[in-house]
Amino acid sequence: MLVPLEQVIALSAVIFGIGVIGAVTRRNLIVILMSIELMLNAVNLALVGFSRAWANPGGQVFVLMVITVAAAEVAVGLGIVISLFRNRDSVDVEEVSLLKW
Amino acid sequence: MVDTAAGATETTLLRWIPFLPLAAAAVHGVLLGLVRRPLPRRGTIFLSCGAVLASFLISLFAFAGLLGPEGPRVRVDNLYTWIGAGKFSAEASFLLDPISAVMILVVTFVGFLIHVYSIGYMDDDHRDDTGFQRFFCYLNLFTFSMLMLVLGDNLLVMFLGWEGVGLCSYLLIGFWYSDRWNAYCGMKAFVVNRIGDFGFLVGIFVLFWALADVGKPTVAFREIAAAFPQIADRVVTLPAWLGGAEWKFATLVGLCFFLGACGKSAQIPLYVWLPDAMAGPTPVSALIHAATMVTAGVYMVCRLSFLYAAAPGASAVIAWTGAITALFAATIAITQTDIKKILAYSTVSQLGYMFLAAGCGGYAAALFHLATHAFFKALLFLGAGAVILAMHHEQDTDRMGGLARAIPRTRWPFLIGVIAICGLPPFAGFFSKDEILLTAFAAQSVPGNTWLYGIGVVTAVLTSLYMFRLYFRTFHGATRLAPENFRRVHEPSETVRYPLYVLAAFSLLAGFAGFPQVYGDWLGIPDSNSLAHFLAPVLAGGLHDPGLSHGEELRLALLALGAATAGLLMAWWLYLRSPELPGRILQSFHAIWRLLHEKYFVDEIYDTLFVGPMVWISDRVLFRSIDAGLIDGVAVNGTARGVQALAARGLKYAHSGLTQSYLFLMILGTVAIVGWLLR
Repeated sequence: MLVPLEQVIALSAVIFGIGVIGAVTRRNLIVILMSIELMLNAVNLALVGFSRAWANPGGQVFVLMVITVAAAEVAVGLGIVISLFRNRDSVDVEEVSLLKW
Repeated sequence: MVDTAAGATETTLLRWIPFLPLAAAAVHGVLLGLVRRPLPRRGTIFLSCGAVLASFLISLFAFAGLLGPEGPRVRVDNLYTWIGAGKFSAEASFLLDPISAVMILVVTFVGFLIHVYSIGYMDDDHRDDTGFQRFFCYLNLFTFSMLMLVLGDNLLVMFLGWEGVGLCSYLLIGFWYSDRWNAYCGMKAFVVNRIGDFGFLVGIFVLFWALADVGKPTVAFREIAAAFPQIADRVVTLPAWLGGAEWKFATLVGLCFFLGACGKSAQIPLYVWLPDAMAGPTPVSALIHAATMVTAGVYMVCRLSFLYAAAPGASAVIAWTGAITALFAATIAITQTDIKKILAYSTVSQLGYMFLAAGCGGYAAALFHLATHAFFKALLFLGAGAVILAMHHEQDTDRMGGLARAIPRTRWPFLIGVIAICGLPPFAGFFSKDEILLTAFAAQSVPGNTWLYGIGVVTAVLTSLYMFRLYFRTFHGATRLAPENFRRVHEPSETVRYPLYVLAAFSLLAGFAGFPQVYGDWLGIPDSNSLAHFLAPVLAGGLHDPGLSHGEELRLALLALGAATAGLLMAWWLYLRSPELPGRILQSFHAIWRLLHEKYFVDEIYDTLFVGPMVWISDRVLFRSIDAGLIDGVAVNGTARGVQALAARGLKYAHSGLTQSYLFLMILGTVAIVGWLLR
């Protein structure tokens, strides 16, 4: 059974929205990273959907690319979070606002 | 050698004439500027003098090739197309015809002698080898530029040389730059010359514009000459803010070029730089400011003789400017005491003679005087340099006198130079000056030509007076030196003296190149004025026969001779016979003496009228108001201060340090952009 493109896009948009809201509103860095992952996967979903709709494998190639980058990004991001936690005993973004005027 | 369609013969010989001195200058430049290790003096001398000597020999060879009876006497050396754009092309090419042949011979020959002289003269300048080599580097560069100027086949190559000699003149006037006054004099020469160069450039543009209008966009001299009759008689209406007058095209463009000639050849109103140019070393004064560069304006007028022949208005202006300059400078020269200043005003005066001749249509006479003047004025300057060396760098004739006993080997060549410039037969100046006066007397086309002739004769009297005054006050009479100083006066070295002898020989003999037909008929020599016959094919008006009877010509020659003798006798009376007389005259005519001694206060007038306001505008308006105030103050620092104030008062608070607020703003921005794109 084929899922129509509209539904794929709608799902992708919903997940993306959740990711945005999570990233903007939550204080915990781990949760923010997870929200970013959500946004990336929403994009992946949209890409796969379009790829199938236009019968163009390029979209899926991009998805593989995005997954690779996301993995790297998570590794670096978590590394930063760990070192931050070691230094400041906290993973709250409000606590790391030193780079201001 | 291949004949081209234009009737000129191609040759690759010509390029070496300017390029050998250029190569020497380049070697000097590389050693001084990049390697930073000067050659020993012997190497510098060998390279510089050798290059100019080779250049002279090639010039001689090329000149000999021109003398053959066959074909048109034109040689062309085309290097490459310098600028090519559509129908227009400017070739980098050299032209050897009788005019440029005379010029290159004078430039390379006098130039070589002065290079040799400089060996001795600059050796006295107790500096390191760097200064010595720098001097010869500039001298070679000058020789190259001057040869480019006279050999250029078109206006652009000529202009290149024209600017090159101006630059070298500047560098050499300020050669002893550690003295601020010398540097100032160099700058003055350069700036005044730029005013003339502006006229020259405008002339090129206007001429080119008119030629392009008739479908002949060219800058080459022979092509311009061929096309010029089509545009000569056009009427040009000046813009309303220039008075809206209607001018004949040839007159307009002729005056533009003459402004350039005025600057380079030190004519009124742009002569003021030449007397100050004497701040440079004496060989420079001899080479650049007497023999070669300052004659470039005369050369240009002769080169464009087809243009001036079609522009009687411009020619009249040239003749009158020349005559007035000749008289004006001669009157100043009478009262000066600095040996080089006297010679400088004398140069201005003699250049005035040349322009007088050119303006009256006697282009051959102008070039003849140019060549003879190059010999005797170079001789006089080098002689003056020898005196200065002998006197241990004393230039004031007030502190000389009676030097004939101490330095007889310098005195005799100097005397020959003095006689030559005064125009006593059979020395060179007699023939050339006589021809100029003759031309002025017979020039019916120039308004007031009798007056011009009169001015010429009066100037001849004055010339003789101030030159013999200089000679008597330097070499004769009682010495004004302290006895112990007089004993220290010594004859300069051989390299300084030998060029004097050679130039003295030429000052004596060069006049016979233009031996007038009047005497030729007596002696049974056909075409005795060989120089005029040689030049005739390339000058407008050809042989330019003044159309006077032999009796008239002889009477005029006798009058000129009388004028020279009168000056000589006056000088003898005033400075040898009764030396207390000048002091008495000075007291009774103190005001006039002061006016002349202070050079008619022209420098002061120019300072008040032009330099002062210009400096004021440059300093107060352009520098302090516009540059420092507007550009630096408002535009540069004002922008910075504005941004700084804005950022400090409000903008910096946008930088909260909260990652999520940045993210939020970024999302808002993205949404706004996407929304705008999808609207």
